[in-house]
Amino acid sequence: MTNLNLAVAASLNVTTPSDQTTSAAKITARNLDFYYDGFHALKNIRMDIPEKRVTAIIGPSGCGKSTLLRIFNRIYSIYPKLEASGEVLLDGENILDPRYPLNRLRSKVGMVFQKPVPFPMSIYDNIAYGIKHYERLSRADMDVRVEQALRQAAIWDEAKDKLKGSALGLSGGQQQRLCIARAIALRPEVILFDEPTSALDPIATGKIEQLVEELKKDFTIAIVTHNMQQAARCSDYTAFMYLGELIEFGETETMFTRPSKQQTEDYITGRFG
Amino acid sequence: MSAMAEKLYRRRRLKNGIALALASAATLFGLFWLVWILWTTLINGVGALKPELFYQMTPPPGSDGGLANAFFGSVLMSLLAIALGTPVGILAGTFLAEYARRSLLGEAIRFVNDILLSAPSIVLGLFVYTLVVKQMGHFSGLAGAITLALIVLPVVVRTTDEMLKLVPSQMREAALSLGVPQWKVTVQVLYRSALPGIVTGVLLALARISGETAPLLFTALNNQFWSVDMGGPMASVPVVVFQYAMSPYDSWHSLAWAGAFMVTVFVLCISLIARAIIARRKVAND
Amino acid sequence: MSTDQALPAGALGAPADAVARRADADRRADRFFRYLVTGAGLFVLAALTGAALSMLWGGRLAFSTFGFEFLTTTDWDAVGKKFGALVPIYGTLVTALIAMLIAVPVSFGIALFLTEVAPPWLRTPVASAIELLAGIPSIIYGMWGLFVFVPVMSTTVIPFLTEHLGPLPIFGPLFQGPPLGIGMLTAGIVLAIMVIPFISSVMREVFLTVPSRLKESAYALGSTTWEVAWNVVLPYTRSAVIGGIFLGLGRALGETMAVTFVLGNAHHLTASLLMPGNSIAATIANEFSEADSEIYLSSLIALGFLLFIVTFIVLAIAKLMLMRLNRNEGNR
Repeated sequence: MTNLNLAVAASLNVTTPSDQTTSAAKITARNLDFYYDGFHALKNIRMDIPEKRVTAIIGPSGCGKSTLLRIFNRIYSIYPKLEASGEVLLDGENILDPRYPLNRLRSKVGMVFQKPVPFPMSIYDNIAYGIKHYERLSRADMDVRVEQALRQAAIWDEAKDKLKGSALGLSGGQQQRLCIARAIALRPEVILFDEPTSALDPIATGKIEQLVEELKKDFTIAIVTHNMQQAARCSDYTAFMYLGELIEFGETETMFTRPSKQQTEDYITGRFG
Repeated sequence: MSAMAEKLYRRRRLKNGIALALASAATLFGLFWLVWILWTTLINGVGALKPELFYQMTPPPGSDGGLANAFFGSVLMSLLAIALGTPVGILAGTFLAEYARRSLLGEAIRFVNDILLSAPSIVLGLFVYTLVVKQMGHFSGLAGAITLALIVLPVVVRTTDEMLKLVPSQMREAALSLGVPQWKVTVQVLYRSALPGIVTGVLLALARISGETAPLLFTALNNQFWSVDMGGPMASVPVVVFQYAMSPYDSWHSLAWAGAFMVTVFVLCISLIARAIIARRKVAND
Repeated sequence: MSTDQALPAGALGAPADAVARRADADRRADRFFRYLVTGAGLFVLAALTGAALSMLWGGRLAFSTFGFEFLTTTDWDAVGKKFGALVPIYGTLVTALIAMLIAVPVSFGIALFLTEVAPPWLRTPVASAIELLAGIPSIIYGMWGLFVFVPVMSTTVIPFLTEHLGPLPIFGPLFQGPPLGIGMLTAGIVLAIMVIPFISSVMREVFLTVPSRLKESAYALGSTTWEVAWNVVLPYTRSAVIGGIFLGLGRALGETMAVTFVLGNAHHLTASLLMPGNSIAATIANEFSEADSEIYLSSLIALGFLLFIVTFIVLAIAKLMLMRLNRNEGNR
């Protein structure tokens, strides 16, 4: 083992491998292909996202890692000329089947984006907005739900005094945690993070990573990142993608210390990408 | 530097100096007319202001009176035009920005809308004449309002389209990823985000129609008396101004200036408010 | 962090079949909204087509009665019921041409001043002031033209022109005639003032799209401001500049009120720019309420149809030219 690998391994926070093997697959992709207006963007992806674990998807830009993530809640389908084929099973059901209700899928799979995008409404309404679409709650129940979501996303203390204020008044990191709270408020089972810290400063990034760590107790998490240290710090499993293909998938510790593929090692050691 | 290069350099500098002086002169030329026209309107308009304007009706030839019925007609027709043109404009703008961004149909509609935006308003008046006035058998305030609504429409379509395009796509994705259907996302999130811009567009449209004269000549026509009946001919400030200014009577000229002044002040105020909204939005976005 | 408050994942409050029912309702509402906005979009198309067709329909009597002669004869006789549109067509084209001859160089100068010459603190206020000029209703231009500008023309400008330009060969006849003040030259000048803000603001905007590295590299070679403007900025933005000019031309052709006040409503063809004339829009505005016979009304609507077709072509060219710049920008 090289010194570099030792250093990375030391920074890993994963629990023992034996613990992880007990986790079942929450999402399973089988023979998944994806086309952008004819361009073959994802090639025959097979992969499992284990339940209540953090799975990081890494790779150089343009490798298809965001594309893959955006299939898991079918958000890609809002744009024309994009097409996915194959199967993506969520709890054994194929979400690519057009009969799978979109709002059921999206109530189970939440998403947090690259840039924090609070809606142009109050902090309270940002959280309540999604809930209102699914449930009719009394004022008091809604207050409880909003508080729970904000607490779980570790933004309650900063936001509790200005719930009626505009969400646009928060700082970037606070806005991103608000967006996480907004996703959590629907009580999903899976949360997708699409480079959630790339627009944030290091301190705000640290808070988000800490939060991800806490959230995996309750949620299955997939996180796309271009930051390898971030993948190493907060994921249990890592998928390395290159040119639309899944090159290697495994426990993060193994991936960062003993990658089985040359391409993975080259990327991790910074020889390209 | 050789003598020749020196000479060439001096000539280039001279040419530059003349060109830049001409450019500055052109700007002064443009501002000169602005000041002259506004000054004329101000002097003649302020001189003609009197309280009777607001409670007396437009007078018969040669006698004194006010513009009360014309103000009322203008306000009524403009409000109705905004009420008719804005919703359709917002929906059509939504279609362009949210449903047909890169489609051929969307491009065609955007193209046609831009042409409508600059098309001569008199043509729209003739359109509504054949469509409404001829069918009804008489001129009416309603026909006037429909014509003005056709002028409002492309302005609102254009601003809605542009403002919705400025909303970051991640905002749409974030809302849709909560499982909220697209129409709700559009109405509850995107419109809210684009609201200042859309309001600006509506204000600009209001400024434009409040001075419109030509298309009203053959739709709303004119009415010397107080009328609240949208089904009959209706007076408006610009048409009265046109009629009175072209007349040989001094008392009518004076009323025309008063009307022209009021319209100009109104239009300029609306444009300034619209500009202020845009400016504030820019600051907020930075 | 208060994860002790955390809830079990997947504990969505609503039961699964309710969520599925909700999905159906959402789909229906989404489809309805899509139809609604599509309908509104198609309405915009219909408005323009409807305008064209309704005028073609309204003018059918004039077109079928006079045929091609409608475009080539100068009679405009309400009593004899004979109508030819050559005078208003000629007047529209001449006044628009005069307006463009004045407005294009002035607008270029203003745009150059506002992008390259003026100190930065001066640019925004001056640009806003010029744009204010575009917001003034056209009837104000008309009144100002009639009551203020026409007297100035008849007492100073026209006598000067007839004295100095009238005797010239070839050009002379353009500037001969009594100093009435109203006429095609006056109308052309008023139109020029009206379209200057439109053309100059388009030019200013497209000049601002020129990448500064392009200008900087020209300056680095020792070019003067004028040389940069003429050899770099203008070629780079040429199609959009032409688009802006056509946009102004479209406005000038269709402008009604300002012209109606100062053109004189005369239905005879003259070479002189100082004589009263007519334009399509002014004819319609002046005579529509007097049109007492079917053929008279139809002739006026037929005029409107002609105006519509001409402005449509001009504005379409403008739009295509402006789109070309956008596409170039997209490619960079």
